Amino acid sequence: MDYNLFRELADSWGLVYLFALFVGVIFFTFRPGSRKKADEIAKIPFKEDQSNG
Amino acid sequence: MRNISEVMLVGLAAFFALLASAFAVDSLFQTHMAILCFILAGSTIILLRRVEFASPDGSFPEPDTSGYMDEVIRYGAIATLFWGIVGFLVGVVIAAQLAWPELNLEPYLNFGRLRPLHTSAVIFAFGGNALLCTSFYVAQRTCRARLFGGDLAWFVFWGYQLFIVMAATGYLLGITQSKEYAEPEWYVDLWLTVVWVAYLIVFMGTIVRRKEPHIYVANWFYLSFIITVAMLHVVNNAAVPVSFLGTKSYVAFAGVQDALTQWWYGHNAVGFFLTAGFLGMMYYFVPKQAGRPVYSYRLSIIHFWALIFLYIWAGPHHLHYTALPDWAQTLGMVFSIMLWMPSWGGMINGLMTLQGAWDKLRTDPILRMFVISLAFYGMSTFEGPMMSIKSVNSLSHYTDWTIGHVHSGALGWNGMIVFASLYYLVPKLWNKQSLYSLKLVNWHLWLATLGIVIYAAVMWVAGITQGLMWREYDDQGFLVNSFIETVSAIHPEYVMRTFGGLLYLSGALIMAYNIWRTIRGDVPETVQQDQPSAVPAE
Repeated sequence: MDYNLFRELADSWGLVYLFALFVGVIFFTFRPGSRKKADEIAKIPFKEDQSNG
Repeated sequence: MRNISEVMLVGLAAFFALLASAFAVDSLFQTHMAILCFILAGSTIILLRRVEFASPDGSFPEPDTSGYMDEVIRYGAIATLFWGIVGFLVGVVIAAQLAWPELNLEPYLNFGRLRPLHTSAVIFAFGGNALLCTSFYVAQRTCRARLFGGDLAWFVFWGYQLFIVMAATGYLLGITQSKEYAEPEWYVDLWLTVVWVAYLIVFMGTIVRRKEPHIYVANWFYLSFIITVAMLHVVNNAAVPVSFLGTKSYVAFAGVQDALTQWWYGHNAVGFFLTAGFLGMMYYFVPKQAGRPVYSYRLSIIHFWALIFLYIWAGPHHLHYTALPDWAQTLGMVFSIMLWMPSWGGMINGLMTLQGAWDKLRTDPILRMFVISLAFYGMSTFEGPMMSIKSVNSLSHYTDWTIGHVHSGALGWNGMIVFASLYYLVPKLWNKQSLYSLKLVNWHLWLATLGIVIYAAVMWVAGITQGLMWREYDDQGFLVNSFIETVSAIHPEYVMRTFGGLLYLSGALIMAYNIWRTIRGDVPETVQQDQPSAVPAE
């Protein structure tokens, strides 16, 4: 793989791939029903601490 | 016998360090290996005293492994505080050296050697130990599982301290590979790689055996910090040593490629070491201290992925107007500007966690510290993107504005969030009801804040003065100012910067006193004051 090939891959399919992945993450985060689950996860730090070992 | 294999391993390592010192090809390596030999030999003796023998019936008293593994975190908290004070002290010394050059004590204590000692001490020793101990604490609590790997966590802790000591002594001896924030030579880099892999194993293992179905967002940030720093460290430090018994090595890259690799590393050290890892702290300790879950958990996920996707590209903004191709400079600039969004998303998420609990700010100086830390995070993540714009950068680059920017981020965001997290952690770790004195926390808070404000403000003035003087031409097209004129013009600012640093250091010393009294178990002052003396009813 030489520099030019890398370069072309980076600003074409590489860019599309990473951008699509990121948009996918956003859609997944805001999918229907995610709020309830997220609120549940947000409470994890408040579950009772085990006694210290 | 328990611990005997550890004793033998460390003893053997001390012997090999002795051999390396004896057969060294250069005198620096000889001295450095002798130091290593002394450290390891000393450790062997300490370990020997901890060897446990079986009782007459052949059984060992089994150590209790049911609860969380907190002893290593207690060590980490103290190490954080210790290295913090060392790092701040060296910072004050080098600030004074810039103001009064006579303070350069050749050869070991001149600016060139103390400066990497300062940066490494505050970033890797203070910040690194804070990340180690809080990540172990948070991972255990949010996974509801004991640390994975048993004594491996101890190896990570002591191995990391050894890395710090080897790096620091190397700088003073004059051993450096001249890469900013990655100065240690090849053999110290290799050791850090070993320690870091062990860290990854402990952290990943703890997450894998969690009793909680979900992985809390703080752990995502910590994990991304551990993995990315491993990648950055290995690639940026790729080098060929001249001899396996000497300090000198040659970097694998050359010219502009080397520069780009260095700043890909350097900026992501900021992005993943000083940001992602510390955001892990924020997402656990701010909700805990405020007593409320994070404002929006879904925003924290977007925050995480946006930060990960964007940060890795921002490095080229350190190389504006250099031999780096223009498109790469512009790429770095554009990604730096886009970074503003996730950064502020995270800051807002942290601040809004206090929604409905803002009144606590009046009574809780620790929460106040978290808020100030987030405010500085917001301030420096606005300033950073602005400085990455090429036209602004042409004024700010190579001036003290950059130094001011780094310090408002490092002292304001990183320092404050570590102090606040330690204030939260210490009473919990040592099973105390509360801190010794909240009044002293308040003193620390305001001394540190005042110190940062002075520091950042005078560096703006100094930086813009420098920038304007450097680019001043007369009508003949000649530069107006010689370099030394631009230096003497900012002498007053350098003196005031030293004063700002001194305030920050004194805040940290107050903290050390407060923490020491807390661990000793002294009764909190406030409790004594608040408890009304019993008055019989008349």
